[in-house]
Amino acid sequence: METNFIHHQSAHCENGVASNLLKHNGLNISEPMVFGIGSGLFFVYLPFLKVNYGPAISYRPLPGLIFNKVAKRLGLKIKRQKFSSEANAVKALDDNLKNNIPSGLQVGVYNLTYFPDEYRFHFNAHNLVVYGKTETDYLISDPIMENVTTLTHEELRKVRFAKGAFAPRGQIYYPIQIPETVDLKGAIIKGIKNTCRDMLAPMPIIGVRGMRLVARLIRRWPVKHGTKKANHYLAQMVRMQEEIGTGGGGFRFIYAAFLEEASGVLENPKLKELSKEMTEIGDLWRDFAVEASRIYKNRSTQVDVYNRIADQLVDISNKEEVFFKKLKLAIS
Amino acid sequence: MKKEEVPQDKGNLSNKNMKELVYATDENGNYTTALSTGWEPKTIALSNSIDEISERVAIAKAQVENNEASPIVYFMEYCRMDVGVLSSYVGMWQWRVKRHFKPKVFAKLNDKILQKYAETFDISIDELRNFKTH
Repeated sequence: METNFIHHQSAHCENGVASNLLKHNGLNISEPMVFGIGSGLFFVYLPFLKVNYGPAISYRPLPGLIFNKVAKRLGLKIKRQKFSSEANAVKALDDNLKNNIPSGLQVGVYNLTYFPDEYRFHFNAHNLVVYGKTETDYLISDPIMENVTTLTHEELRKVRFAKGAFAPRGQIYYPIQIPETVDLKGAIIKGIKNTCRDMLAPMPIIGVRGMRLVARLIRRWPVKHGTKKANHYLAQMVRMQEEIGTGGGGFRFIYAAFLEEASGVLENPKLKELSKEMTEIGDLWRDFAVEASRIYKNRSTQVDVYNRIADQLVDISNKEEVFFKKLKLAIS
Repeated sequence: MKKEEVPQDKGNLSNKNMKELVYATDENGNYTTALSTGWEPKTIALSNSIDEISERVAIAKAQVENNEASPIVYFMEYCRMDVGVLSSYVGMWQWRVKRHFKPKVFAKLNDKILQKYAETFDISIDELRNFKTH
């Protein structure tokens, strides 16, 4: 069986799956639009938690939230199912394919055989679309890949039932109802407001305040943990930031693309200017990554390089605070 | 980022002939997409993590050989897991898994429990019991 699904490559998996599934169902919506309406831009530092023996910093909201918000704001209905039985999970997917419904899945990355070995970590918030099945394989459209690919039945079972944090438990999702006309303008404004609220939240671990907290911690790392661990932490942070288009610079550029598109839809030239500003902030994030990589490449042992990079992060957080305040004004 | 500044460094992706999509601005400052083969800071960050893992695996191997830890520790590190991930794969509490790290406790484990670990690590019970590194 094969559904007539068209694969488009995207920068981030969740936006990509959402955009591809909606396009398949006749709603032509770009990846940046999904990202903006679903308020995908986020920052949170989770204290007390360690990921791969490093600090837990997330540049995105919880998995599934982007698509859910898009659905709510555009008035779509999405069906989401999790399974405790593996057999039922397989059956639900096969039934969907029989009924010509390509389905989004949340999967673990560790057993995705088409990824380079270096990318295979126990990370469970990846998304892809299954659009067909053969005797031996499932046909896979992974939005971060250039082309479609395949996984054997056994491989797909493994990734659907990966364990650990955010275990996907065979999660499957697909739109079941799309209205004739959607209120794109209203949805864009809601999405922007939500992002401004998140990034300016009066909470020390979220948004621009979260960045400042992390900057303070970076200054302390080499003193508290020694430079070896500090270097590892920094590398971990950059990986979370720039890996496969997520977080940091990559996300800022998607958001800037969204603002550009939104300025056309809302006929608001201010958003176009802000889009340019966001691009500049994205470039700053990239500079941050370059500086950080210099530190852990040279295994630098000086304390002041950490202070310098922390200053860079504080500078970014200040710019973003000003930016999101302006953005809030621009749409009110 | 301008389109012509999109990094095309050699790295983990280009080895497998993969390219990732990024958003960048064209000559008029409007957004478009471009493909990137990789970016050096990312490659270094990734190889840093890989080195870290190899180091952990080597330490675990030495511990198993000196009978300070059970082979479960080695295979856990080898599969890039930590105690939390491993315990959820085998469906046992973390304290139980940690107990199985002790060589004395490990020696007394029955086949049923060993089977759970073996399945998780994708090896046979024999390989788990008679520890030999890959």
